[in-house]
Amino acid sequence: MSATTDLTEPAASTAPPAGGGSGRRLDLGRFRDLSLVPAILVLMVIGFIVSPAFLTADNLIGVAQQSTELSLLVLAAALILICGRMDLSLESTIGVAPVVAVWLVLPTSGGRFNGLGLLPEWTAVPLCLLVGMVIGAVNGFLILKLRLNGFIVTLGGLTMLRGLQVALSKGQSIVDLPPSFTYLGRASWLGVPAAIWICALLFALGGCALAWLRHGRALYAIGGNPAAARTAGIRVDRVVWLVLILGSLLAAFAGILYSGHYGSISATQGSGWIFQVFAATVIGGVSLNGGKGSVVGALTGVLTLQLVVNVMTLAGVPPLWNQFLNGAIIIVALVISRFASGEKQE
Amino acid sequence: MTDTASGTAADSGRPAPPVAEATGIGKRFGATVALRDARIRVAAGESHALVGRNGAGKSTLVSVLTGIQQPDTGTLRFSGEPAPAFGDIDAWRTRVACVYQHSTVIGELTVAENLFLNRQSEGAVRPIRWRQLRRRATELLGEYGVEVDPAARARDLTVEQRQFVEIARALSFGARFIILDEPTAKLDARGIARLFDRLRALQRQGVAFLFISHHLQEVYDLCATVTVYRDAGHVLTAPVAELGHQALVEAMTGETAGRAPFVAGPPPAVATPGADLLAVEHLTLPGACEDLSLTVRSGEVVGLAGAAASGNVRVGETVAGLHRAAGGAVTVAGRGVRLGSVPSALAAGVGLIPEDRHLQGLVAGRSVAENATLTVTGQLGPFGTVLPGRTRTFAQRMISDLDIKTPGAATPVSALSGGNQQKVVAARALATDPHVLVAVRPTNGVDVRSKEFLLGRIRDVAADGKAALIVSDELDDLRACDRVVVMFHGRVVAEFGGGWQDEHLVAAMEGVGAADDDDPPASGTAPASGATPASGTEEHGR
Repeated sequence: MSATTDLTEPAASTAPPAGGGSGRRLDLGRFRDLSLVPAILVLMVIGFIVSPAFLTADNLIGVAQQSTELSLLVLAAALILICGRMDLSLESTIGVAPVVAVWLVLPTSGGRFNGLGLLPEWTAVPLCLLVGMVIGAVNGFLILKLRLNGFIVTLGGLTMLRGLQVALSKGQSIVDLPPSFTYLGRASWLGVPAAIWICALLFALGGCALAWLRHGRALYAIGGNPAAARTAGIRVDRVVWLVLILGSLLAAFAGILYSGHYGSISATQGSGWIFQVFAATVIGGVSLNGGKGSVVGALTGVLTLQLVVNVMTLAGVPPLWNQFLNGAIIIVALVISRFASGEKQE
Repeated sequence: MTDTASGTAADSGRPAPPVAEATGIGKRFGATVALRDARIRVAAGESHALVGRNGAGKSTLVSVLTGIQQPDTGTLRFSGEPAPAFGDIDAWRTRVACVYQHSTVIGELTVAENLFLNRQSEGAVRPIRWRQLRRRATELLGEYGVEVDPAARARDLTVEQRQFVEIARALSFGARFIILDEPTAKLDARGIARLFDRLRALQRQGVAFLFISHHLQEVYDLCATVTVYRDAGHVLTAPVAELGHQALVEAMTGETAGRAPFVAGPPPAVATPGADLLAVEHLTLPGACEDLSLTVRSGEVVGLAGAAASGNVRVGETVAGLHRAAGGAVTVAGRGVRLGSVPSALAAGVGLIPEDRHLQGLVAGRSVAENATLTVTGQLGPFGTVLPGRTRTFAQRMISDLDIKTPGAATPVSALSGGNQQKVVAARALATDPHVLVAVRPTNGVDVRSKEFLLGRIRDVAADGKAALIVSDELDDLRACDRVVVMFHGRVVAEFGGGWQDEHLVAAMEGVGAADDDDPPASGTAPASGATPASGTEEHGR
């Protein structure tokens, strides 16, 4: 009675005693990741009311296609956040990796942009992915081996890589890309852009790995309590390093899709995206402190943000208001999820 | 699950080797000797208690026994075989299981997943079969009689349930020897009773355990053998039945005559204690204390003694405005303090030397001057400004007043020694010239000289007609007090004037001896008598 109970755990006293109700609680846990689904449905109803053009295949596929690049970054950010880390440099990787790859393969003369011509053109895609992995590996080295602060390291990386891209491309967009490089962003399979198929596949793979593989579950353990994960025999640093590499790889891949989609590598490709990426991830239920959330939840976060913009555009709201609305929706979504889940978000 | 035969061989002709045997263990951390030629021997199936006061080396021994720290010297054997290589976590876990003081359960994951963390499936690329995992978890929990829903999230469990989950997990690796590091500290009396039932059941299955506790009564209730550590070394090992309370307490505290008190008793200035400066009335803090009343008069130093879970620290912090109370009032010099408000407590004239100077006391990177004047920034300049000159003068005064050994007022506090850092904390508490000084374990981790000085300075506060409350379990701190009030499990159980005996005070703090006439929930006898019916019905409910 008078003896001390753990005061930091208010949940403990409200928990029912052992046994019973297991199915119900499990379902609740499952639904927590999908708390944005009702919001998406509401948005679709609003869209339907606002404009007959909304519920057409063209429009919805357009929304999905526009979501692909952002959603890959969100997938990367979700994985990294779940294991309790942060990588801000993702938004520069999406631009710099294609530029470096193209710079290495394009011929030394003749085009508007002259590269080094070191390697055959078909290597552009593998090179781009390789650049992404190198960036992730370097981030991992700085954060895990030198024990630098991950936030600042990747903030530095963000600026540095953006600068590298500007220096290499001389601040210009690169328009004459190898055909292999633009294929994935342009192709349509079964009437739906290839990028959508690929994203769906990657999210499915990510979701399954996190749900059914030991190494996927290890991310939650590491994010939840690194010391406990270590005592359970999980090689914490190695797993985190791999996740950072995987994250940058996904960002580089998003760069390929984006360049292919628009037929050029824009000088500002990805610039400022990281805020949207974090916003989508967090409103999708991934905790900034790690150990919580799912990639499916993160995907609903992206879709919510993109649908809001689409509905607003169809409703005739001037595009100049987009930025304002994006910010507002993030804050509103956070407030809602704070009170829906009843958990503090610190 | 995987029953290793080593522990159950006890009933064969030859006596089984001890499940764990450490000899000549030495471990230093820098200049501090944590263990000196320490030894312990736990026989198969034995219930062994390890007791000792803070700093006796118990936790270092635990980390050596579980393979977390590598000892500098000495040998370690499990069931007659040498200990596994350092760093081979899996091998260690098959020899020794440990339930640590701090929880190693991951709150966001389910109980089932916590139990099988990093071994949810047979291979890294084999998908986890959740249904099967939950079934295995149910079996494992059932094996140890733990009634917890394996699908529940671990954060929703009670402290007690979480502890049982940890015990089940620790044993699921096949070890027949488990270390429990202060498992009762966060449990209430009924939880303790259930834990003990479970441990006795485990012992019948042939599991040996090493039980660490600050509550001696629990040792008498549960254990057959007790090992006492003191000052980084082994003092004695004896059957519990042959060792009286008195002898056990003496072994823990050492020969009373052998230790010279640092402050030569309460000075004679207490002839006429003045009016009540601090009055705590019917204070109730959920989980810490109930209906507690206490007064400190001017010119008086009062000790509030108690072991780790007694609630004395929270009472001290509440007086300083850190916690809100469920009931009761605190009055300082006739003025009510709004509980839970530090500014109100400061305004009423309470100074606090907090328990943990690193967490609550100091801004490590900032200078001595800034730290010492943190509470009095209002006096350092007009209109909310802080004038550097005035800060310096003020700090200089505090430095000489408290004899702080520092190259200068601008030196960062992190560069000072522990004793001097603590003096800076004391300086800060004294800077407001408080009516009541609350000092929580004021000499924690400081050297002998600083200890003497700090306690003397606290006495000076009282000599100036103010009052001081020392919240501590250190006998040296309490010796500087005119009166000592002892708390146990949230209640005042004893009060001593001057000239008390060490063993009487320690016995009262540990809830034995002097607490014979105590009510059942507070005393450690509860598991034996009061709560048995409750656990009995549990048994039938299963």
